[in-house]
Amino acid sequence: MSMTRPAETMAEPWDNLDAAPLRARAPPASAPIVPKDSISGRSLAAVIAIMTFLAALTTGAVMLVVSAASDWQSDVSREVTIQVRPVAGRDLEADVRKAVEITRAAPGIAEVQAYTKEESARLIEPWLGAGLALDDLPIPRLIVVKLIPGARPDFTALRKTLGAQVAAASLDDHRHWIERMRTMAGTAIAAGLGVLVLVLAVTVLSVTFATRGAMAANRPIVEVLHYVGATDRFISSQFQHHFLLLGFKGGAIGGGAAIVLFGALEAANTWLAGTPGGDEVAALFGTFTIGVSGYFAILGQIVLMAVVTAFASRRTVNHTLETID
Amino acid sequence: MIRFENVGLRYGLGSEVLRDLTFDINARSFQFLTGPSGAGKTSLLRMMFLSLKPTRGLINMFDEDIATLTKDGRATLRRRIGIVFQDFRLLDHMTTYENVALPLRVIGKEESKYRAEVVELLQWVGLGDCMGSLPPILSGGEKQRAAIARAVIARPQLLLADEPTGNVDPNLGQRLLRLFVELNKAGTAVVIATHDIALMDEYDARRLVLHEGRLHVYD
Repeated sequence: MSMTRPAETMAEPWDNLDAAPLRARAPPASAPIVPKDSISGRSLAAVIAIMTFLAALTTGAVMLVVSAASDWQSDVSREVTIQVRPVAGRDLEADVRKAVEITRAAPGIAEVQAYTKEESARLIEPWLGAGLALDDLPIPRLIVVKLIPGARPDFTALRKTLGAQVAAASLDDHRHWIERMRTMAGTAIAAGLGVLVLVLAVTVLSVTFATRGAMAANRPIVEVLHYVGATDRFISSQFQHHFLLLGFKGGAIGGGAAIVLFGALEAANTWLAGTPGGDEVAALFGTFTIGVSGYFAILGQIVLMAVVTAFASRRTVNHTLETID
Repeated sequence: MIRFENVGLRYGLGSEVLRDLTFDINARSFQFLTGPSGAGKTSLLRMMFLSLKPTRGLINMFDEDIATLTKDGRATLRRRIGIVFQDFRLLDHMTTYENVALPLRVIGKEESKYRAEVVELLQWVGLGDCMGSLPPILSGGEKQRAAIARAVIARPQLLLADEPTGNVDPNLGQRLLRLFVELNKAGTAVVIATHDIALMDEYDARRLVLHEGRLHVYD
């Protein structure tokens, strides 16, 4: 700026500065226009961290349930069971043999295994105790039928044939169980989505309140920015920058904690494999891993939380700026 | 540059505090705006600074009817006006240098391009030693000069000052007046709102006198 110096009629306190070397160097303009301290950052970051952690836990739990249900469904749908009931006047062993023979002849069948008397006794041993005389009890016999992977046997025709030739045989293709598992997995997904929506809603509300507080605390700064010609877009970007960083910070803490938790559970699962407890957990939840896609989903949630935070703060800032001129 | 025609202002449902204001502020002109306390000097300055809308009348600034301006349009127009507040309105968390550079930062100028300009201006107003200081540790006179530097750094065509000498001793008040005169000589139109008769007697300039809501112009 080229300006002439003021007319000198008396000594000014700043007169000799041009002649003197500049003692203080201009510091770089590094201070944020909206001071960090004026935003209740820690509390908000804590809320976002907790929300991200809950969202990640929900996602992980849903993925575990869906994965386990899919495994169970896949196992169950790979085999069907034929039950041959003892009927007075009929030879049970002959009925079993006939049923095995009919089933083996059907297309799409990989293996047919009829449980022997002894195997049947072992199946019910936990309930009725050892040393049973099966001949005295009307215990049905089971035939486990394994299917060729990918094959779609015609169960209707098989059921019809069995019904016609072995009156006491009934075929259970586990469709009822599969339907129930599908319903359960669907319910788990719906519940998970519901929790995620609630978590996002709480996050948006928390950010909105925090932004309103920050705007109120920084109103003098907003007014000065208006006076020096700042547009609303410029002002809102100053706030949004802070909230985006807070969102990332909170999201990273919460999401990071969830990743560590799932990693630890996975490691514990591996460590406990082969032990009775570990086997029970494995039977319920499979390998207890959310997989690479699960970890990516959590990383996505961290970004989502930051974006939601920035969006909610921008919306609130713009709304507040409408009332300030 | 600025034209007020039959401008009136009332707050809420009260009576008009400013009535039938008709006057011009020409480019490169210098004027005092005066009147007793509560006469409406600050309200008039705020209307000139687009932070208060008149309840009636026409205000034309820089060939724009301000009634038709959008919010962004008002922001752009404000960049052509510098304002010095009686209470300085410096941002306490920013250094003197950063406060003065704020109008340039707001318009997106890179620091490397305005750094020398800000340093030169700070030296010119005698704040070369205080560039890294935060406003709370500056004296009243230093704060006032920092506020003036911030108001003129973007080379506004119009400088509005609200009681710029209200918080400083008479001696420093006279010195600040000379600073305004020099800025005016450099091409900036200046409006100084004051009720300090002694200050106005220091410099022969146009006087806009507010009395009972009306404006009397003494060229």
